[in-house]
Amino acid sequence: MEWDWDFAWSIMPTLLAGFRITLIATFLGAIVAAVLGLVFAILRRSSNRWLSRGTSFVVEFIRGTPLLVQLYFIFYVLPDLGLRLPALMAGVIGMGLHYATYAAEVYRGGIESVPRGQWEAARATNLTTRQTWLHVILPQAVPPMIPAMANYLLAMFKETPLLSAITVLELMNQAKSVANSSYRYVEPMTLVGVMFLIVSLLSVIALRWLERRYGRVSQ
Amino acid sequence: MDQPIIRIQNLQKSFGTLTVIDGLNFDVAKGEKLALIGPSGSGKTTILRILMTLEGISGGRIEICGEPLYHMQRNGAEVPADEAHLHRMRRYIGMVFQHFNLFPHKSVLQNITLAPMLTKGETRAAADKRARELLDMVGLADKAGYMPSQLSGGQKQRVAIARALALQPQIMLFDEVTSALDPELVEEVLEVMKRLAAETDMTMLLVTHEMGFAHDFADRVLFFDRGRIVEQGPPKQIFTAPAEDRTKSFLRKIIAAGQRV
Ligand SMILES: Nc1ncnc2c1ncn2[C@@H]1O[C@H](COP(=O)(O)OP(=O)(O)O)[C@@H](O)[C@H]1O
Ligand SMILES: [Mg+2]
Repeated sequence: MEWDWDFAWSIMPTLLAGFRITLIATFLGAIVAAVLGLVFAILRRSSNRWLSRGTSFVVEFIRGTPLLVQLYFIFYVLPDLGLRLPALMAGVIGMGLHYATYAAEVYRGGIESVPRGQWEAARATNLTTRQTWLHVILPQAVPPMIPAMANYLLAMFKETPLLSAITVLELMNQAKSVANSSYRYVEPMTLVGVMFLIVSLLSVIALRWLERRYGRVSQ
Repeated sequence: MDQPIIRIQNLQKSFGTLTVIDGLNFDVAKGEKLALIGPSGSGKTTILRILMTLEGISGGRIEICGEPLYHMQRNGAEVPADEAHLHRMRRYIGMVFQHFNLFPHKSVLQNITLAPMLTKGETRAAADKRARELLDMVGLADKAGYMPSQLSGGQKQRVAIARALALQPQIMLFDEVTSALDPELVEEVLEVMKRLAAETDMTMLLVTHEMGFAHDFADRVLFFDRGRIVEQGPPKQIFTAPAEDRTKSFLRKIIAAGQRV
């Protein structure tokens, strides 16, 4: 099999359109994961035992089942229960929910890395709970979270091809359809690999920098 | 005697099944300097933490300036205090910790100005001015822009004292504030506290293992064992003529460990 530059060039617009969707799905998924993860982390800290236990159970459940199964469930099963979501939205929610459970762990680690003495000093200087979070706890808890969060962001990015299983027209899906119609796999799949590789390599460089800048939160 | 600034009545404190304080009573007069001494584990820290509301009570009653600390009035009845009440009561009290607990992400100056600006609505200019006066008083006028990590332990502790003073509490609690310091840094912190005791009419409660300092600093010494006051009196009496065997043996051990009394 020969590498055909003309063919490779001709499929680039289609692949880049898919790549755009891949980036959008990653970006939106990350937002869902970050927000929902914080909700999970806060609920788990709740002094209401039912709330914290229930949250722990949900988190373990989500983590204990494959993302692909969850995506199928959201896209193909929920419509039977009356909830029909567009493919991209289903994908973003599925990925966001899945990675929220990891984000929750990172939040927990970051918050617990702040020594108890900081809470006590905040109380002894009569700060309110809100002021304590805002001015004392979060400024210390967030920086060590950043490398770990970036790590999960990269992991999520590399899992976006799973979205092709629920008809999202992301990079992998576009590459597959090009390949199926032209019977040529080497160019589309190589280009997919190269695109992922470029982003991954850039991310690893960024990650190294973040780790140097903010240190590592031990997991 | 005027109304005591602190009144502790039948105080109880348990951690789970472990009873740490069992029926403690004492009053502190306004302006009084009190030293709390006793073997480790006797509940001294717990008493200060309860007064700072870092730890709740299991029973009994505490009054600060005549107001109940852990109780409040609602519809003519006395009920357990809510967070708003505790927040209001905390204005009377400041605390300095064994391990400083400075805010590591804030400069020395910001450590001192943060709470006055947030909790008393002081302007930055006013808070800065006071903070610089306090830094001057603790001998760190040149360190305002430093980060805590750039300071020695003794300097950190003096910043922590300034931070507590910035809120102008009526009562200051000191929990073994020199015991995490290298020996050569202890004196600079004790100096500051001596000056504070001499120059202000603040009420001070000091938990310490520095018997020499307790002797010079305190108006009254309370010797604790297992959550109870075994003996109390003026420093001279406690240190030179203790009445109780437990006090005597505690002081003997301290002297054997090489401390001046
Ligand atoms: N948060 C806690 N949980 C359980 N036990 C505690 C806690 N804090 C203190 N204690 C126990 O209470 C007792 C008194 O402790 P503490 O007040 O620190 O004594 P001291 O300051 O006199 O050394 C000790 O037996 C200690 O182990
Ligand atoms: Mg102690």
